[in-house]
Amino acid sequence: MQLDEFFVTGEPLIYAGMVAIAVVSAAIVFLLTYFKKWKWLWQEWLTTVDHKKIGVMYILVALAMIFRAGVDALMMRLQLAFPDMNFLNSQHYNEVFTTHGTIMIFFVAMPFLIGLMNVVVPLQIGARDFAFPYVNALSFWSLFFGAMLFNISFVIGGAPDTGWTNYAPQAGAVLNPGPGINFYLLGLQLSGIGTLATGINLMVTILRMRAPGITLFKMPIFSWSTLITSFIIVFAFPILTVALALMTVDRIFGSHFFTLAGEGLPMMWANLFWLWGHPEVYIVILPAFGIFSEIIATFARKQLFGYKTMVWAIILIAGLSFVVWVHHFFTMGAGAFVNSIFSITTMAIAVPTGVKIFNWLATLYKSKIIFPVPMLWSLAFIPSFTIGGVTGVMLGMAAADYQYHNTYFLVSHFHYVLIPGTVFASFAGLVFWYPKLFGHKLNEKIGKWAFWLFLIGFHVCFFPQYFLGLDGMARRVFTVGPEWFTLNFISTVGAFTMGLGFMVFVFGVIYSFRYSTRDLPGDDWQYGRTLEWATPTPVPKYNFATLPENVRTHDTLIDMKEDGETTFDEKKLESIHMPSYTGQPFIMMAILFFASFALVFEWITLAVIGLIATIVMMFIRSFDYDEGYHIEVDELRENERRARGLDDDRE
Amino acid sequence: MTENNNNTLPLEYSTEQGQMSIVGFWIFVAAEVALFATLFATYAVLFGRTADSPEAMELFQPGIALTMTFILLTSSFTCGLAIHSMREGSLKGLMIFLFITLALGLTFLGFEIYEFVHYASEGATLQSSAYWSGFFILTGTHGVHVTLGIGWMIAILIQLKQRGLTAVTNRKVFILGLYWHFLDVVWIFIFTGVYLIGMVV
Amino acid sequence: MKGKKVSLHKKWFTLALFVFTSFLAGCEQIAVLDPIGPVGESQKNLILYAVIFMLGIIVVVYTIFAVVVFKYRANNPNRKESDYKPEQHGNALIETIWITIPVLIVIALSIPTINTIFALEEPPESSNDKEPIVVYATAADWKWIFSYPEQDIETVNYLHIPTDRAVEFRLSSTEAMASFWVPQLGGQKYAMAGMENTLYLQADEEGVYKGRNANFTGEGFAAQTFNVHTQSEDEFNEWAENVQNEAPELTQSEYDEIIAPGLTDEMAYSGTHLDFVDHGSNDGRDYAVERHAEKYGEEIHLENEPGFAPDEINEEQKEGSE
Repeated sequence: MQLDEFFVTGEPLIYAGMVAIAVVSAAIVFLLTYFKKWKWLWQEWLTTVDHKKIGVMYILVALAMIFRAGVDALMMRLQLAFPDMNFLNSQHYNEVFTTHGTIMIFFVAMPFLIGLMNVVVPLQIGARDFAFPYVNALSFWSLFFGAMLFNISFVIGGAPDTGWTNYAPQAGAVLNPGPGINFYLLGLQLSGIGTLATGINLMVTILRMRAPGITLFKMPIFSWSTLITSFIIVFAFPILTVALALMTVDRIFGSHFFTLAGEGLPMMWANLFWLWGHPEVYIVILPAFGIFSEIIATFARKQLFGYKTMVWAIILIAGLSFVVWVHHFFTMGAGAFVNSIFSITTMAIAVPTGVKIFNWLATLYKSKIIFPVPMLWSLAFIPSFTIGGVTGVMLGMAAADYQYHNTYFLVSHFHYVLIPGTVFASFAGLVFWYPKLFGHKLNEKIGKWAFWLFLIGFHVCFFPQYFLGLDGMARRVFTVGPEWFTLNFISTVGAFTMGLGFMVFVFGVIYSFRYSTRDLPGDDWQYGRTLEWATPTPVPKYNFATLPENVRTHDTLIDMKEDGETTFDEKKLESIHMPSYTGQPFIMMAILFFASFALVFEWITLAVIGLIATIVMMFIRSFDYDEGYHIEVDELRENERRARGLDDDRE
Repeated sequence: MTENNNNTLPLEYSTEQGQMSIVGFWIFVAAEVALFATLFATYAVLFGRTADSPEAMELFQPGIALTMTFILLTSSFTCGLAIHSMREGSLKGLMIFLFITLALGLTFLGFEIYEFVHYASEGATLQSSAYWSGFFILTGTHGVHVTLGIGWMIAILIQLKQRGLTAVTNRKVFILGLYWHFLDVVWIFIFTGVYLIGMVV
Repeated sequence: MKGKKVSLHKKWFTLALFVFTSFLAGCEQIAVLDPIGPVGESQKNLILYAVIFMLGIIVVVYTIFAVVVFKYRANNPNRKESDYKPEQHGNALIETIWITIPVLIVIALSIPTINTIFALEEPPESSNDKEPIVVYATAADWKWIFSYPEQDIETVNYLHIPTDRAVEFRLSSTEAMASFWVPQLGGQKYAMAGMENTLYLQADEEGVYKGRNANFTGEGFAAQTFNVHTQSEDEFNEWAENVQNEAPELTQSEYDEIIAPGLTDEMAYSGTHLDFVDHGSNDGRDYAVERHAEKYGEEIHLENEPGFAPDEINEEQKEGSE
């Protein structure tokens, strides 16, 4: 292979990207060396097994990836802003919308939510950490290296260009030779390992590590949504694993699963992809529902209305999510009967979702609402998501879907559910739990600017797209006729407003890092309802010195406040077992990254060497009998007193 | 949150971490069920789509499939005996039965490799047609699982030799046992769903 | 639709009506809501029927939302002691009500949906005195090939159909999965290699309309469009006869050239490719990839040149056909 085939050449934007990557990498290396932080990086972050730090790293990856995929989005909107635009040519546009969609789903929505779960779920249920901290680290590094592998495609080898759905036979070896699609297949496969492991890990954590008294139906709603999400992950992700593996084998080893030759079935890809893909939609929306429920109850200063109904609604949605996949291709010609059945199941999802909307509204009834930034995001979710929801029902009506399918009506619909749902929830959750992560709050004023810019930009960007779709504008076209200029231009203005909102948000993070007060009480918003707010801020590495004894409702902290209980009862202190940090997960996934990279370019020998090295790493792990260490009572007492501002003399 | 040793339970269940590992592994098995179910579905959908390559019925040999089934079922039985010895506290019994299981697993793999080579010589490979792709990936994935199981078993045998019966080693053996039985169940589905149906239809 | 009598006593109803009528006023220009045949008409009716329910839901949710957020904000000066009930945890009756209402709405939407789904699988009733005319529509990278077996002619990238008569499209593709869509005639259906889908459409008005591939097929996708000329049956027959007499005969080697990946202009031939291959059959599924395998990797460097507006109907054509 020639060097000019290895690196992508000929595109000024991509050269700019290469330069940017080189400059940023050099800057990072320089800063780490200059401030002598290499050791700190390795000891505190790369080897950590602490769920809070891993959660932070997930969120950092998600934010970096929002930036990457957001730039993709703005490039697309720029190209579509004017009818005679030639900013991106067709091929480049195709690559950009593919990476935008793939990154937003796999490397933004998923890691952002999993990051928040990492930080919050063990704290909400009173657990020391995840059930398997080592596996948790492994999960993160698989996501990290999966994201790396996917992202380097645009400078090395060429980016995938068949959309995030990667339909066969368009994505097969015949119609799409070259490494681009391999990057998609192997990048997602690598990060998928981690997602599945996290699903299992969270399930065991929630099922087995709840503090005494926290029964399943006394568990905070975010933990509930996490538990159900983990169920979906465990049963849906293996389908994706198989689909990706089969297409990889098709492309690299010449099998005939999805090919036209050899009697393969290209439509089977669509079926497998959406058998995973629709549950995936709920993997990224159910935790969002959980986050909104927590925040709305907190700042309405009122119990969540219909807690049990909410839980059952989540369970019902999760169940239905596995029986609606055909609605993604009603137009495939499966027949009237099949389409009717899937129309009904699809519309049925609106029932539990509608119930949830009404329960949130009822939570606000007779409440005492205050409006800090997390609450603004949560309140904005309700009306915005409703539009996405009702258009979803419209899309579910198969006969009408023949007219919406593959158009901007659909594009607008799924942005109307994913942005108010997942993205608003991610921002809301991040701002809400930020003090638990970093020990200080985000600036409220900057946060409100970011919120309003993003919200208005969002509606301006996507509302016109419904009408573009109804007027016949197909999705994924790289240029549009002049008759659609006005609406497209408005949409582009909205997109850039959202971009500005995000930049303001990032500015708020930097500003707050410098100027926010550090001395926080633990229950940092004053109205916390659940156990995470009972810990000191920032959360000590062992989480809880002691656990509450008398849990009566799902609002654990409200009960504790009534009883005057805290998570520091000196009489009950016992030493706490901690796992040791280890570099193995990082190294193992780095090796797997190189194996996958070799496979992308079909360097089979190298790939096999990498796989063998990975298995050797698993052997090393199997023989590793590290027992961890204990934090002794004295250290606990001293640490908790300092964190809670208790004076030694008064005792 | 300290390790509370509970003496009424078998050793592998005696620590909280042991219990969680076993629960976690059960959930992992559920994910594996979803994985194999997808592969079975793929195989079923592609059934008969042989293009120009030979039909399944022409190539399948009932004798070999039956022998492989017998070997794997026996290995599952010896694996069960290994767990039984472990519960009795007999390290020697455990290791002997694990060795037998290992040997049977290797024999099974040998037959499978022979079978694949034989089909290839008759003109049915991964690249021949959609049906044969489905066949080789389904049985091959099972075969890779058996291979990994064998490697895992070797690692555990070494650890048993080094450390004897402890809460940790017992847990590992127990989980390996679950895995091995699971592979057996999958094979029974392959035997009926692939070989028996393939020979009849 | 505009003539619906609605009680105007309630404020929000007026608002809803206002939104809805202004929405309808815009429909004239919106392709999907301006159909020219019974198929598109039935889908438009279904869409508007759904929109009424959806606007109703939105109005209800927005009203409750606005009221509760405004009334129960902490700094509302008119707050009363009784306005705060933090222990309120649920209410079985009211929750049952708002489970029941969505169920009823889903049922109300399902019935016409299913009726329409089944109706669309048959030729439209308004023309059932005549047999549908059969047209094979085949997608190739990146063009559309239309074969008229009865007339024994074939066109590339443009389509003529008679009005007031159902058209039975038999859809397939030479390789990638495409989707045949003429928004003003009716909804789309996929065109796939090795499969044949049937789609019934009908035009009741004469004119030139836009059609395209709606499903992404790679680099030339944006340009994979065609114009549909609808004309009276007599004019259509005349046109078909002309093509049959004047257009060159389609040879297999020429056909193989046509389906090679790339863009082409409008073309017409006498004879159809169905004599050599039917891409919708299992035998025809790899006809194109066998012949052109090495060409799919090549980029065509499609750019947005000035005047490149794939969805545009050029004025000349419009005049020419009328």
